[in-house]
Amino acid sequence: MKILVCISHVPDTTSKINFTEGDTKFDTNGVQFVINPNDEFGLTRAMWFKEKQGANVTVVNVGGAETEPTLRKALAIGADAAIRVNAIAEDGFSVAKQLAKVVEDGGYDLVIAGRESIDYNGGMVPGMLAGLTGANFVNNCIALEIDGTSATATREIDGGKETVSTSLPLVIGGQKGLVEESELRIPNMRGIMMARKKPLNVVEPVAADAATNSVSFEKPAPKGAVKLVAADNLDELIDLLHKEAKVI
Amino acid sequence: MSVLVYTESEQNKFKKAAFEVASYAKAVADKLGTTVTAVAVNIEDTSELGNYGVDKVLKVSNTNLEHFNSKGYAAVLKQAVKAENAQVVILSSSADSKYLAPLLAVELHAGYASNVVEAPSSTSPFTVKRSAFTNKAFEVTEIKSDIKIIGVSNNAFGLVENSSSAAAEDFSASIPELGVNVNSVDKATDKVTIADAEIVVSAGRGLKGPENWGMVEELADVLGAATACSKPVSDLGWRPHGEHVGQTGKPVASNLYIAIGISGAIQHLAGINASKVKVVINTDPEAPFFKAADYGVVGDAFEVVPQLIEKLKAFKAQQ
Ligand SMILES: Cc1cc2nc3c(=O)[nH]c(=O)nc-3n(C[C@H](O)[C@H](O)[C@H](O)COP(=O)(O)OP(=O)(O)OC[C@H]3O[C@@H](n4cnc5c(N)ncnc54)[C@H](O)[C@@H]3O)c2cc1C
Ligand SMILES: Nc1ncnc2c1ncn2[C@@H]1O[C@H](COP(=O)(O)O)[C@@H](O)[C@H]1O
Repeated sequence: MKILVCISHVPDTTSKINFTEGDTKFDTNGVQFVINPNDEFGLTRAMWFKEKQGANVTVVNVGGAETEPTLRKALAIGADAAIRVNAIAEDGFSVAKQLAKVVEDGGYDLVIAGRESIDYNGGMVPGMLAGLTGANFVNNCIALEIDGTSATATREIDGGKETVSTSLPLVIGGQKGLVEESELRIPNMRGIMMARKKPLNVVEPVAADAATNSVSFEKPAPKGAVKLVAADNLDELIDLLHKEAKVI
Repeated sequence: MSVLVYTESEQNKFKKAAFEVASYAKAVADKLGTTVTAVAVNIEDTSELGNYGVDKVLKVSNTNLEHFNSKGYAAVLKQAVKAENAQVVILSSSADSKYLAPLLAVELHAGYASNVVEAPSSTSPFTVKRSAFTNKAFEVTEIKSDIKIIGVSNNAFGLVENSSSAAAEDFSASIPELGVNVNSVDKATDKVTIADAEIVVSAGRGLKGPENWGMVEELADVLGAATACSKPVSDLGWRPHGEHVGQTGKPVASNLYIAIGISGAIQHLAGINASKVKVVINTDPEAPFFKAADYGVVGDAFEVVPQLIEKLKAFKAQQ
């Protein structure tokens, strides 16, 4: 089985979000970039398929040279090879088109992407990739088993979960649950050494128009001070929620 | 030309989100000088849509669509878009809508903006405001394609009443080979979900252990709220994964969010910033959550919550 894990390179969850150039660009100054958390779960699940079912695992990112340390980290965690499509990630549609070409060229059976990236929160690349390649698609995937070309997956739905059966080729939008938090791999010294020798192929992009365009950014309005209510005066809290906030 | 809206249902009844997306679609249609057509799957009586500005309803009845299936539903919507010559498609932010929208976008060569929080500020160019960076910022996005798909963020637009005809007609659509088949659904039908809830009661590691969640559930019951938790609580297995909210969990966009024994780490706050009113109950006056909250009680949850439940019961009884 050939697995492709899509890796989006995103600001660490503690990052302060600021913008530059008249609020049109994300300010990367002092920002630490990491593997998108949803992709980390997917990558660890892929390692499981590698170790238990002999799968071959490639990681891919569509982005500039600055994303290579993130791909190297994925190699150190255990992926066999990495691909960087040398293009600016303009929008979900254009990224999906680049990834579709990679999938076509590499003949992958299973593509593991994340439910959404924590930067632009588009939540669209995996579904679009499935649509473009004609593969089956399971989003919000929290469990996945593959047997030959058959797959059983569990997807989170509002208020519960749903178990489905499907077949390869398959794209999933994965998230926490694919593996447990405690099972996430962190690169060890040996992994880091080995990653240096693994291939990281840079491929040139295909022509792929974006369907949307990011115009500008805004930060939410600053918040007023909290109103404190004494613990022995909860009637006041109820009163405030009823009369002032009008939420109960 | 028209604006097409997908109205979601649960057990053959419209969800509240269906009326919110219809309200949003009406605002877009007014800007474009056109009408709103809704697609309703397996719903007998669609007249309620007439309260929210829907001019026409395409009723699809098909036993193969009993379970939601992203590919099947995307195919139905694509055929409706073609039949109505729709220019804009409006969906919600439910798990199902987010599942089908990217597939529909590919079918229609359409740009898709998710998590949209306001009506379009302009229709030429077509620009919408959406939340990004997990609610730490907003992004103004232009949708450049001929057909546009908008996913409206829950509770962001609200319900806007507009009485209209909602003339229903049957619409038959062909369903492709689905490829993904549902084996089983595991869902508590008597519980309010985080996605649909107007009020969310959430608790963190301050509650010490899973055995103490009884009072959280009771508080949620009194308020008709959904229950949620912080990430360590679900990592520890005290509560199901589906309840974990925050940057790496579920987003919450309720009208009221009550946080009990949650410190207010940046990753937690990112997921709940879109909630309108936040109440914090925490023993530590220095807990960062107080800076992000509207109302706060410095106190022990094991004393405050039971009292709050009693007082709310009395308040509800009076109402
Ligand atoms: C990559 C990454 C992603 C993350 N994503 C998320 C996410 O999506 N969601 C999330 O929630 N976290 C996330 N976190 C974790 C986050 O950083 C915090 O560790 C977590 O939110 C803390 O949970 P907590 O507030 O329940 O626990 P704690 O930080 O332990 O806080 C417990 C609070 O309870 C209070 N308390 C104690 N006893 C009582 C009492 N009797 N009555 C009232 N209050 C009491 C304490 O004063 C304290 O403020 C993430 C972390 C990382 C590194
Ligand atoms: N530039 C990118 N390169 C590779 N994979 C990506 C890229 N952007 C998004 N993805 C994948 O698509 C998922 C969803 O991203 P998004 O649609 O941007 O929210 C991510 O979790 C990744 O798996």
